[in-house]
Parts: sequence; C-alpha cells; structure tokens
Amino acid sequence: MMQPEEIFEYVKEEFGEEGFSFSSGDIGDSWIQVEAGMIKTVSKFLRDDPKMRFNTLMCLSGVHYPKEEELGVTYNLHSTELKQTVALKVRVPIENPNVPSIEAIWKTADWHEREAYDMVGLIFEDHPNHKRILLPDDWEGHPLRKDYVQQDFYRGITTGA
Amino acid sequence: MLEVISKETGNKEMVINMGPQHPSTHGVLRLELVLDGEIITKVRPNIGYLHRCFEKYAEQMDDYAKVIPYTDRMDYVSAINQEHGYVIALERMLELEVPERVEYIRVIMAEMQRIASHLLGIGAFGLDLGAFSPFLYLFTEREKILDIFERVTGARLLYNYFAVAGLMRDVHPEFKTDTAEFVKTFRPKIKELNDLLSYNKIFIKRTANIGVLPEKVALNYAASGPVLRGSGVEWDLRKNDPYSIYDKFDFEIPVGTGEVGTLGDCWDRYMVRVKEMEQSLRIIEQALDGMPDEGDVMEAIPKRIRPKEGEIYVRTETPRGELGYYIISDKSASPFRVKARAPSFVHLSMLPAISKGSLIADMVAIVGSIDIVLGEVDR
Repeated sequence: MMQPEEIFEYVKEEFGEEGFSFSSGDIGDSWIQVEAGMIKTVSKFLRDDPKMRFNTLMCLSGVHYPKEEELGVTYNLHSTELKQTVALKVRVPIENPNVPSIEAIWKTADWHEREAYDMVGLIFEDHPNHKRILLPDDWEGHPLRKDYVQQDFYRGITTGA
Repeated sequence: MLEVISKETGNKEMVINMGPQHPSTHGVLRLELVLDGEIITKVRPNIGYLHRCFEKYAEQMDDYAKVIPYTDRMDYVSAINQEHGYVIALERMLELEVPERVEYIRVIMAEMQRIASHLLGIGAFGLDLGAFSPFLYLFTEREKILDIFERVTGARLLYNYFAVAGLMRDVHPEFKTDTAEFVKTFRPKIKELNDLLSYNKIFIKRTANIGVLPEKVALNYAASGPVLRGSGVEWDLRKNDPYSIYDKFDFEIPVGTGEVGTLGDCWDRYMVRVKEMEQSLRIIEQALDGMPDEGDVMEAIPKRIRPKEGEIYVRTETPRGELGYYIISDKSASPFRVKARAPSFVHLSMLPAISKGSLIADMVAIVGSIDIVLGEVDR
C-alpha cells in the first residue's frame, strides 16, 4: 500500500518531471495534477503497473473554476488489490475544454464523462457516445458552471426561472 | 415501434421502448431495446426524468447543513444512509469528534434502514417476476421499521435526522426495547422468505443463469455493494474502508456463490441482499448492547460550518453500494462543489453490458436485480 506522495514519486520516475505536480488543500485529500494530453497514458499505466493496479475508477467529477477561467476533471482511483487510493486532476482552459476520454480504460467513465459534459461542458475526445445524459439533448448551457443562467423557455414551456 | 434492417446480420430488428412509465423500471426510466426477434441485441438506457439539480442547489444553500435534507431525496428508500455519508464527509473536513452515543444510534438507524431498503428491493424484485405475496409479507416487516423511525425522527421516508457531529433529537426512551423486539420478531421471517421465494422453483428458473456479471467486468465498471458481492468479490466498505464505528462489530460479508446457477447471476445478487439482512441484525444487536444510555446527542453540533480550503472524497456503504461525496470547500458558507457518486447511476450504466443477448422477458429480472432507485440515478 502506497501513500499518494509515494505514488506521485513513482509516476514521476516513469514519465519524468514535466507535466506533473503534487498538491493538497489545507484539509482533506491531496491530488496529482496531470497535463490533459497525458491523462490517458497515465491512467493506463496506473491501471496496469504491478505496483499501482488501480482497477476501479470510483468517481469522475467535472468542476468549473470561474476565477482561473478553467474547467477541471477529478479522477478518484482505488485499487481493490493493493488497497491504495489516489486522486488525479486535469485542468483545461474554458475556451478549449478538451480532455482525452478514458472510457477505454475504465468503462465506468462512460456515463461519468457524459455527465461532466452535460453539467460543466467539458469535451471528451474519442468518447464513443458523447451526448448529454441528464438533460435533454437540445438544452442550452451547462448548469454547473458558476455563471449559468437558466433559459426562460424550453420548447415553448416555461422553465419557472 | 420501429423496424429496421440490421447492417451486421441482415435480420429485421425492432426498437421498442420500455418505460418511461413501466411498473418494472422502478421509477421513471426509459430503456430503448433493440430486438432481433425476442433477443435483445442492444439496450440504450435514457435517464434524467427525475433530475432535480441536487448539486446546483447544494452550491447555493449558503449553509453546509441545509444540504442534508436534499441528500435524503436522492435515494429516497434509504435516506438515512444518504445523510450518513454526507455528515461523515463534513466531519472529516472539519476534523470533528463525534460523541459515542451518536455513533451508536447512527449505526443502528443505518442498519435498520438497510433492512428496510432490502425488504423493498427484494419485494419489488419478486413482484416484477410475478410473485405477489412475498411483497406483502415483506412490507408488513418494513412497516415495523418505519414505525420505529417515525417515533425517532417524526418522518416515515425522508428523515432529516443526522446532523454534523450529532443528531437532530434524541431517541425516545423505549427505542432500545422497540428495536430489540423488532430484531427478535424479524429473524424468523428471513427463513420464511427463503421458503416462500428464494428457493421457489419458478423464481430460480427466472433468475438463475440470467444477467451474469463476471468479476472483471464488475470491477472495470466500478460496481459496488450487493451487485459486486453477487459476483463473488468480498468487498464491503464497512469492513474494507471502515467509517463510523463499524470496526467494532463482528459480522460477515455474504458473497455470491453460484449456488443455483452461474456466479454473478440475478439470483446471486438477490441472495446477497437476503443474507445481508441477517448480518445487519447482528450489527444491530451488538450496537444495542454497546450503546451508552446517557449523553447529549446535540452538544457537539457546530454552530457554524466553515471548512478550510480543500477537498475530500468520502464513500460509505449504502444498501445499493458505494455512495461517494466529492466536496470542494473554498472557505465560504456553501460548498464550492458537491458531486454525489451514486451507486445506482454506475450500476445502470452497466446494463447494456450484462443484458446483451438475453430474452426480452429477462430484462425485467435484470433491472430488478441491480435494484436501482431513479432518484439517485438522476439526482
């Protein structure tokens, strides 16, 4: 069982310094920040390496950071074999919110990524079914953005805003 | 109904809708079934009919504590367990100590809720497959739990009972005897259920070897709870990642064995739930013995909840599986972001993988066996 710091060191050994950083808040969990372009390779490594074995993706969340004008994705991983946990983070600019999809690595990401697209407007490249999931396909805007304004009418029906 | 010619096989395919209003979809869920004769070639679940913007509301409450009643409304048949996860997340963020009496009452309530939820899940599962009477017997028992909950919390379904580091009010003086009485009368009913439903020939015919979920697929889809355990994986957060005071209790993790069919079929998932009720009774008994009689359940509740900057992912075992709360705090009065990772959402996404190639009549059994609550799927 490795701690998040040790996992960070281990990942750095494999991929080199560039594109990685390790941070934590004043409380709670720490996370490894990964450059968007590398997330798929890193995920595959974390899943398959004998010392990592992160066989489940517990949670994938999309976040809007209005101050930095960025969108973020947090991946919470767990290994049921080695009982270790780690969080990965990706941040992308809001004008160009493209993140490679990791659906091919953990199938559970399929719906989570659709939800993140639906709610904060992240775009997952190579996702097999990149559509809204909770809201209707022709809904306007992404509700979990901090500057979201609800549309007044949907197909002529008032939304009660 | 729509008929199309399949590109792959050249056969005529038919697309039909199951739901959104359908007695066996356990809420408002629409499944688009692509059929080749009676065989399902593809399933496309359509969700969102019950979306109520839980996450958006949570950001706008101006108070972390005001989110608790909203968590009730996610999985409305196991509201206590939803609250439990959320208050634990906040307690870890604020680094608060929870009084012992509070922890004991919480565990008793959470396990009672687990039984109530499984009773509904099992009953509805039987109902889907045409067994009407078990449902009525099980509801009689569930009613007894709800009566106890009503005396404790004042509500029968959506309780708003847990508070951060405390409870909204103390339990009534007869709580211990009421609960002990329930445990005593309920235990023989599990055997009755096994005689009536579990080992019923027709029931086994409808559920064995159907909707088989192999262990590898289950883990790749991040399945949890009875669905994962039905595939033979001994995994329970109460033991593997203990929270609250679950490490004090002695209980087992029932797993699927493929007793009447293949490992990981509908019957295995069903049986795990039945066996779990017995384990919950064991936990309740031990908790009743250990529960302190004295102690103020409200003294530790903080007046103002303002966590420091940071984020946390906390997961707890609800009757349906791993419920995770991912909470980001930016030092303001309301959370910056709350994401609820609902087990039903994850399990429903697995449906296309496990139902491909089965008969249309078995679809009902498969949906029933993963025991989804649409309130939690759509949030």
